Amino acid sequence: MFSNKMKVVFALLMVTTLLLTACAKGTSEPAADAENGENFVFGLLMVGAYNDQGWSQAHYDAGLYVKEQIPGTEMVYIDKVNTADRPGTTPAQLAEELVAQGAKLIIFNSDDMKDGAHEFAVAHPEITVIHASGDGAWVEGNAYQNLPNLTNVMPRMEYGKEMAGCAAALTSTTGQIGYLGPLINEETRRLAASAYLGAKYCWENVAGKDPAALTFEVKWIGFWFNIPGVTSDPTQVADDFYNRGFDVVISGIDTTEALTEAKKYMDEGSTVYAIPYDFMGACDQASDVCLGVPYYNWGPSYVEYIQAAMDGTFAPSWDYLNPDWTDLNNVDTTALGFIKGDAFSEENGVKLDDFIAALAGGLNLWTGSLNLQDGTAFLADGEVATDYQVWYLPQLLEGMTGLSTPAE
Amino acid sequence: MVAKPKKNNMLKRLSSPAILSIASTAGALIFTSLILWMAGAQPGLTFQKILIGAFGDSVKIANGLVVWAPLSLIAGALIITFIAGLWNLGIEGQIMLGAIFTTGAMRLFENSSISPTLIIILSCLVGMVGGAFWAALTGILRLYGGVNEIFAGVGLNFVATALSLWLIFGPWKRPGVGSMSGTEPFNERLWLVQIPGYRLSIWSLILVVVVYIGLFILLKKTRFGIQIKAIGKNLEAARLMGIQTRKLMMLAMLLCGALAGLAGALQVVGVYHRLIPSISSGYGFLAMLVAMLANNDFFLTLVVAYLFSILNIGGIQLPINLHLDSTLSGVLQAVLVLFFLVMNGLKQRLMGRKERSRDAE
Repeated sequence: MFSNKMKVVFALLMVTTLLLTACAKGTSEPAADAENGENFVFGLLMVGAYNDQGWSQAHYDAGLYVKEQIPGTEMVYIDKVNTADRPGTTPAQLAEELVAQGAKLIIFNSDDMKDGAHEFAVAHPEITVIHASGDGAWVEGNAYQNLPNLTNVMPRMEYGKEMAGCAAALTSTTGQIGYLGPLINEETRRLAASAYLGAKYCWENVAGKDPAALTFEVKWIGFWFNIPGVTSDPTQVADDFYNRGFDVVISGIDTTEALTEAKKYMDEGSTVYAIPYDFMGACDQASDVCLGVPYYNWGPSYVEYIQAAMDGTFAPSWDYLNPDWTDLNNVDTTALGFIKGDAFSEENGVKLDDFIAALAGGLNLWTGSLNLQDGTAFLADGEVATDYQVWYLPQLLEGMTGLSTPAE
Repeated sequence: MVAKPKKNNMLKRLSSPAILSIASTAGALIFTSLILWMAGAQPGLTFQKILIGAFGDSVKIANGLVVWAPLSLIAGALIITFIAGLWNLGIEGQIMLGAIFTTGAMRLFENSSISPTLIIILSCLVGMVGGAFWAALTGILRLYGGVNEIFAGVGLNFVATALSLWLIFGPWKRPGVGSMSGTEPFNERLWLVQIPGYRLSIWSLILVVVVYIGLFILLKKTRFGIQIKAIGKNLEAARLMGIQTRKLMMLAMLLCGALAGLAGALQVVGVYHRLIPSISSGYGFLAMLVAMLANNDFFLTLVVAYLFSILNIGGIQLPINLHLDSTLSGVLQAVLVLFFLVMNGLKQRLMGRKERSRDAE
């Protein structure tokens, strides 16, 4: 019975192989493809598209920055590393694909790759692993794993979000500020809370407005970007904010729906604004509704890690990086920055500069008294939150509207 | 008059399965090359990279087999319903329910004194029950509710997705965190044993062989197999022949669901070691293409499933090496099926013409 079928199969495979061989003639390998004995190859796994104008593009651009700063380095990458876009694969498996391309250091760029990063680091002790946003290398952290080849890095974006919150509060006339959140975890809670703290501070202390007139609402879509059928549609969530009278939406997701929807509403005659996130060029999509963008600048830290790996001096660490307070937007020195948008007024710009100067001077908005959303005391009067308390914030803060934990 | 036998011979040759397969494969490759060329990519290099990505080393070959095992199980499951004339588009939901039930059982037993092997076996069996249960819902809607199984299945797929998301972000969320990376991974002792250095478990391959032997016997050598074939060919005639069509169609759905549930269980115990939102990996719909391309033939199903697994694993090289979207390998899979269907249609036409010319003689 199988003999005829075998013929079919063989014929099929033969034709395929012959066609492939014939087609492959005369082609050449791209430069980054070959395992180059002289170059140091580093790999980058990105959760979103490399050109998403958000989180992943900030990492991709940092990779390009490394290539520029350290001659003899090559980058190999895979984007859209998530189970919806790459079904049937795991981050650890994809990291191995990059190792097969000669990568000696792998960057995992999402908290959602925590399991994969740890699994890979254990299985490949000879490869340096940088996990952006995790806590596996934090000795005092909840997920510490003693791995000699694993480093975590995360800029203190809490500052960036405080600046975003301040810019929103200074601009808002309705006092209704929306926060377009991704999924709910410790990182996203503390960033949303930071935006709230910045908004509250500037609403009360800079604009001198009634605290009771400020509404700060968080809506979570379920992931860092839209996955049709799985997450809530960020376009619809942003629209819902604008339709209900919210005149500023701060984005906590990796893509720019809040901005593009604000542009749509502005074109229809509404006065609404948005503050995107992650990527320094994010405002470019709709600069006339953009109040500014808090952005990550991974380049300098990646240069440091990759240089250390090349020199053989790499040591595991958990790095929670400050901005360069002397020059906030210096791409060669800062870990995060804030670029004001065209829609942000000059007058408010001056006020924001003063606020940033106060932060640089030691103003810490994570100072008590602060309560958690359910009214539980979080920080006593005058108490300053530790890194541990901020990092593992268990709930949103009192005064914020929205879910603190996923609904059960 | 003399030329006619020659012409008939030629038509016969043209419509042979071998020619059909070669022509559809060649057509698909040429068509995909055209798309690649339009996208600014070098088709030859692209295909070469896919092959290297699938066969470049033993790890890649093993990764291909990791995909092949559940895909083959699901395609085999679909053969049962296809033969019975049922379009079980709810297969994705059945895989998901299998994974959900398996995860539930693992969570229940993981801290018990039961041996890990027994926990894995029990959980897989519970997963099969989960898949069968979800298929039963489609079957009941189709056979007793008058709802076409296509619509019932697709609707239940959405419910299954929502259910898994709710569990991952709700009752089964990681401590304090709901994450798209899924539930907390199970302890390594509850992972299906893998070949050292590879992600492949020999048990998943053994399972495929056992299931296919079972399916071959069930569908080719038993009364059940003959009867569901009769139902698939002509439902009304089968009913007139006294075959209990409802009962057997429901049984076909249950069997299909159970095997899909087993595939979902494999995804949990052998691949991801937890429940993730896209636990089915889209293998349900992919397996439909496999079964269609293989025309419900067991041996060809295994071969085509392997070909599709190669494309899945090899396709990862496209973004790495050529900065192309890896979904292009999906385009190749879909185009292969389309070309096969076109060639099959052509075959029917040629055969029809042959019969007409024979009648004219």
